[in-house]
Amino acid sequence: MDLSALTVESTRTAVAERVLNPVALAEEFYKKIEADDPQIGAYLTLCKDRAMKKAAAVQAAADKGDALPPLAGVPVAIKDVMTIAGVQATAGSKILKGWIAPYTATVVQRLEDAGAIVLGKTNCDEFAMGSSNENSGYFPVHNPRDLSRVPGGSSGGSAAAVAANLCVAALGSDTGGSIRQPAAFCGVVGLLPTYGRVSRYGLIAFASSLDHIGPITKTVKDAAILLRYIAGRDKCDSTSADVPVTDYEAEIGKPAKGLRLGVPKEYFGEGLDTEVSTAVETAIQKLAQAGCEIVPISLPHTEYAVPTYYIIATAEASANLARFDGVRYGHRSSSAHTLSEMYRRSRDEGFGAEVKRRIMLGTYALSAGYYDAYYRKAQQVRTLLTRDFENAFQQVDAIVTPTTPTPAFKLGEKVDDPVSMYLADIYTVTADLVGVPGISVPCGISKEGLPIGLQILGGHFDEATVLRIAHVYEHETGTGR
Amino acid sequence: MKVTEKDVQYVADLANLELTPEEQSRILKDLNSILEHIDRLNQLNTKNVPPMAQTSDKFGIDASKQGSDRFSYVMREDETRPSLPREVLMENAPDSDGAFFKVPKVIER
Repeated sequence: MDLSALTVESTRTAVAERVLNPVALAEEFYKKIEADDPQIGAYLTLCKDRAMKKAAAVQAAADKGDALPPLAGVPVAIKDVMTIAGVQATAGSKILKGWIAPYTATVVQRLEDAGAIVLGKTNCDEFAMGSSNENSGYFPVHNPRDLSRVPGGSSGGSAAAVAANLCVAALGSDTGGSIRQPAAFCGVVGLLPTYGRVSRYGLIAFASSLDHIGPITKTVKDAAILLRYIAGRDKCDSTSADVPVTDYEAEIGKPAKGLRLGVPKEYFGEGLDTEVSTAVETAIQKLAQAGCEIVPISLPHTEYAVPTYYIIATAEASANLARFDGVRYGHRSSSAHTLSEMYRRSRDEGFGAEVKRRIMLGTYALSAGYYDAYYRKAQQVRTLLTRDFENAFQQVDAIVTPTTPTPAFKLGEKVDDPVSMYLADIYTVTADLVGVPGISVPCGISKEGLPIGLQILGGHFDEATVLRIAHVYEHETGTGR
Repeated sequence: MKVTEKDVQYVADLANLELTPEEQSRILKDLNSILEHIDRLNQLNTKNVPPMAQTSDKFGIDASKQGSDRFSYVMREDETRPSLPREVLMENAPDSDGAFFKVPKVIER
């Protein structure tokens, strides 16, 4: 069976029409994972017994002639920052090694209610902190397009699993670019929904005002399909918005003619690789040919987004990660004699270098005497960044930019230089700070054979327009299936 | 250098981290290089700019409502609901007597 040809759309259709047997399909995926994943490292945990039981239940319903749920039998992967009751959840950290989640994340519940089959949990940077997946507490992920390169991060395992056909689609999380950047590096589609669009109940928290869950897929239509099933108000997450869910699949069929696309000059300056720049400019021309009006715009505070992000994200992380103290769950140091020693040593042994660096930066930014200079200042600049976008969306319907300044870099290339690693997120962090939705779609291949991503950002809760433009682009270029 | 060794020790103490001497010197170097990048925020005049903690108090809410009424949809009846069973939660405890978490002695006699 050619697993590379399968999309969410084609799989669910084939299962519904009784052409594809979900049990046999899941078996095929586990065989491919066994054969290919040792080189890639996309999965941390496989839940095969559980998946085969779910697949058998779908098959039994199909055999009985029952109507099947909308995602029946579609094999998916879940980033290991989301919980599934009875399955280990590590967030890529040694501190959670062996932790069996006692409850299931709303997004996973919704996918399973729709009939999807969860194959396993994917590798990621520890607590989703990283842009290369090299901060995984277990092993790094290799980019399936070039094994010497990083898949991006932090949802590198999910993006690599989709790109290498080790699942049909996956869920990732995005706090500063962690869905879109690895999607760009691996040549797949990654969707960041609006803040509040998708429940985070069961997401292991990194930075609560910035954390989002979204799909990583092979096609724009697949992203639209998955979003429809995971989106919407959840009583278990008070930050999930009370905004009706659109039928995104129906919306993306509409033409893009007449839509105004803003091209911010700040996203095409110093540091942008010429091949990426050329690919993105060519993509913008394609969208103009499809009838979009191209409007030069300015987002003047763009250069302040990364420093703002690294204050706010680390400050929130330092508070969120205070819960890991070795008392109730997770790693406990065996060398401690007092309670205080137990907290400190458990945390020092359990957390990796980047997590400690961010806890330290965040604690520093919140500490007495520095709060106003750093944390409050960053919150004020967040307002300025939001105003940039509000002004832009008065002139345009969506904004198009590169997803990343360069294609995938080599493993080891940036590990000793945190600032250079942080700047890999330069085009993605702002959407998280402002809360707007965005997507990365493949828009070309570099001379070295590496994928390049086009980013499309939309107004709050306007995923429909973002998906519609991405879908039109995909079909203009014939990259969709 | 803005951050000193003493600051690193003080902040590690606040964060409940016990850093090795090697980790301390690496974090000292990294914090200074990151903060140097972050200092560009001071180029901006933010006088009279309100701070923003999150986006959901501005977007995706009923704009015709005021104050906390905008979030009335998160309210629920104040009633008890079952929580996760103790035996399930205790399975993840590093040390437990089944009913309670055990930790090193807190008070010396």
